Amino acid sequence: MKKLTITSIFSQLLLLIFVIAWIAPTFGLFISSLRDKDVLAISGWWTSFTTTEVNEIYRTKGNDAQIKEGEYYYIKSNLFRENKGKEIFRFGVTSKNIDEYEVGETALFKDGTEITVLENGDYIWKSQNEFKKKKGKRVFVSAKSPPSFTLDNYKEVLFQEGLGQAFLNTFAVALPATLIPLIICSFFAYALTWMKFYGRDILLATIIASLVVPLQMSLIPILTIYNDFGALFGVAAKSFPGIWMAHTGFGLASTTFLLWNFLKSLPQEMMEAAKVDGATHYDTFIKIVVPLSVPAFASIFILQFLWVWNDLLVGLVFLDKHPSEIILTAKLKELLGSRGENWEILTTSAFVSMAVPLFIFFSLQRYFIRGLVAGSIKG
Amino acid sequence: MENRSEEDEVADIKIDKIDKFYGSVQVIKDVSLEIKSQSFTVLVGPSGCGKSTMLRMIAGLEDINSGTISIDGTVVNELPPKERNIAMVFQSYALYPHMTVFDNMAFGLKLEKRSKEEIDERVQEAAKILQIEEYLSRKPKQLSGGQRQRVAIGRAITRKPKVFLFDEPLSNLDAALRVQMRVELAKLHDNLNATMIYVTHDQTEAMTMADDIVVLNEGVVSQKGSPLDLYNGPNNLFVGGFIGSPKMNFISTKITSKSQDKTEVDLMGSSTINISKTLSSANEGDAVMLGIRPEHLIINEESDGSWESKVFVVEKLGSGTFLYLEKEGEPLVVQTDGDSNIKVGDTVKVGFSASRCHIFDKSSQEAFK
Repeated sequence: MKKLTITSIFSQLLLLIFVIAWIAPTFGLFISSLRDKDVLAISGWWTSFTTTEVNEIYRTKGNDAQIKEGEYYYIKSNLFRENKGKEIFRFGVTSKNIDEYEVGETALFKDGTEITVLENGDYIWKSQNEFKKKKGKRVFVSAKSPPSFTLDNYKEVLFQEGLGQAFLNTFAVALPATLIPLIICSFFAYALTWMKFYGRDILLATIIASLVVPLQMSLIPILTIYNDFGALFGVAAKSFPGIWMAHTGFGLASTTFLLWNFLKSLPQEMMEAAKVDGATHYDTFIKIVVPLSVPAFASIFILQFLWVWNDLLVGLVFLDKHPSEIILTAKLKELLGSRGENWEILTTSAFVSMAVPLFIFFSLQRYFIRGLVAGSIKG
Repeated sequence: MENRSEEDEVADIKIDKIDKFYGSVQVIKDVSLEIKSQSFTVLVGPSGCGKSTMLRMIAGLEDINSGTISIDGTVVNELPPKERNIAMVFQSYALYPHMTVFDNMAFGLKLEKRSKEEIDERVQEAAKILQIEEYLSRKPKQLSGGQRQRVAIGRAITRKPKVFLFDEPLSNLDAALRVQMRVELAKLHDNLNATMIYVTHDQTEAMTMADDIVVLNEGVVSQKGSPLDLYNGPNNLFVGGFIGSPKMNFISTKITSKSQDKTEVDLMGSSTINISKTLSSANEGDAVMLGIRPEHLIINEESDGSWESKVFVVEKLGSGTFLYLEKEGEPLVVQTDGDSNIKVGDTVKVGFSASRCHIFDKSSQEAFK
């Protein structure tokens, strides 16, 4: 057990605050996306776990549902169109007194007909004379509503709003745009670390220098060059290969730098042992460096993938906005403009766009911790 | 191992006038060396003397700036390590952490595209020699330091090289394990009949294991010879001080007279001693260092030259006792019997035999022979 000092308490508190600040909105967004759109508009997500009391108005069925039993006419049905587990505890038949009766009691309408409402919404409306009106009468109920969640919002955004297609498009952008630079840079970083060639240090310095060039500065020139180049081969100006190349280019410097940083930490004697064992650089890379670099690859994969996944700017510049190409972030931006008041759509879309980064983080996070090199050298 | 006849005494490795520069610093200065087939040669010297660089040049891990290295008559300067027929054992073991012990040992053979049966057979054979058969399926991190070093040696054995190169392989092990591995390496050399070159900064390792010791100092070979040659007849002050434990005692003095086969030096200003060693370049009055090993100093007995001195520290080891004396500011260590009853503060008579001391010229550091 570590000693409790002011600093350690402070740092633990700070950690707690960070965790809460990160988890609370994410969790809220998730819960909101699962709530009924009507409820979502009037109450916060934190109310959705407890049973709440709601006052609602329902209308009974009209005369075409009546049946005759003995000398009375009845209309028997249920107030709720779909059962969500609500429990009625009081009801009324006039707007002046909406909770006049205990559930199970019999209420009297002005026209002399009687209605009995049960907890689950079943009612029996009894009349001596035949029901004449096509429209039913209003019934006011006070009900306890249990927590209820629905996947309807997801159905809507994924299949009707076109977010599903955008999701797939983003995958089509992000996977190659992550794997291509990772593959190129791993070879490159190996060469920079373990191969001797003329100009190696200058090359490394260039890469580090290019880390500070802002993406925005080179965006338009690159697009222009790409357009001209694409025109030569008759390739569309905006297409997936274009954005793959763009992301690869923008990610090259940082990915190489991070991998170089990792690779130079591998023990030199191990590399020399491989050389003495007769391994070529290619053998060393494939059989020794790659297996040992899995944690580094994983963390760089996560970084680059999240960067591409969350990117809006490059996606807007290098891809069209029609449904077969639009990416999630661009789609979200579009929805924000056109469906800004439909919270159920926005929360759900936002969560859809977050789901993949969350999944990736949780499934690959152990690679941040694990050190595979342990045991190769002394100690 | 490949069969070599016992009388096959051709130089397996010939190093001819090699130089090595790191930038403008010359770390190996015109070194020539012959290493006999099937010998166990130890390169020894203080850190920074260039011994590891020499080994790495033989292995092919460092470029040679000038001169040639030949293995079995072939100049190997431009050959990559795998074509030099060598295997190397590194100080940090340098095992592949993601592979099992078996795969570590089989790595080189797999790269040579040997058949599965042959690989299996060779690895088993090496594992048997090193008694690591039961660890073959483990990963390096599940092994202790000594076991890891065995695996590293095993990796070298499986490739059946002509030359084994060891780069301070025991320096990461604890003292007890080091002694044990030392014996095992010597046994291994007898079993394999291979040429072994062993780099260490530890003169005890050099003395115990070597057929030939090469003492390197500041990029040049100070002396080469069998352990006892080096012990009994150091060529210069450096070798004299480096070989032997505890270190040789040095007493500054000067030549009082010299003859054809004898040199007379001053002893503590009070007497002189005649030693049957000469150096042609030395003259009367030259400053020299008298070198006497702690085990050759005699306490309280009649000897060729002697003087009185006070004891400052007594170290009792059981097998022997070390006395620390001081003479004119220079510390002096004496090794005497284990059951000696000399105490701190006692004044003792220290002496030595004229035949068991060495004289070194102070300016050229050369030894009188």
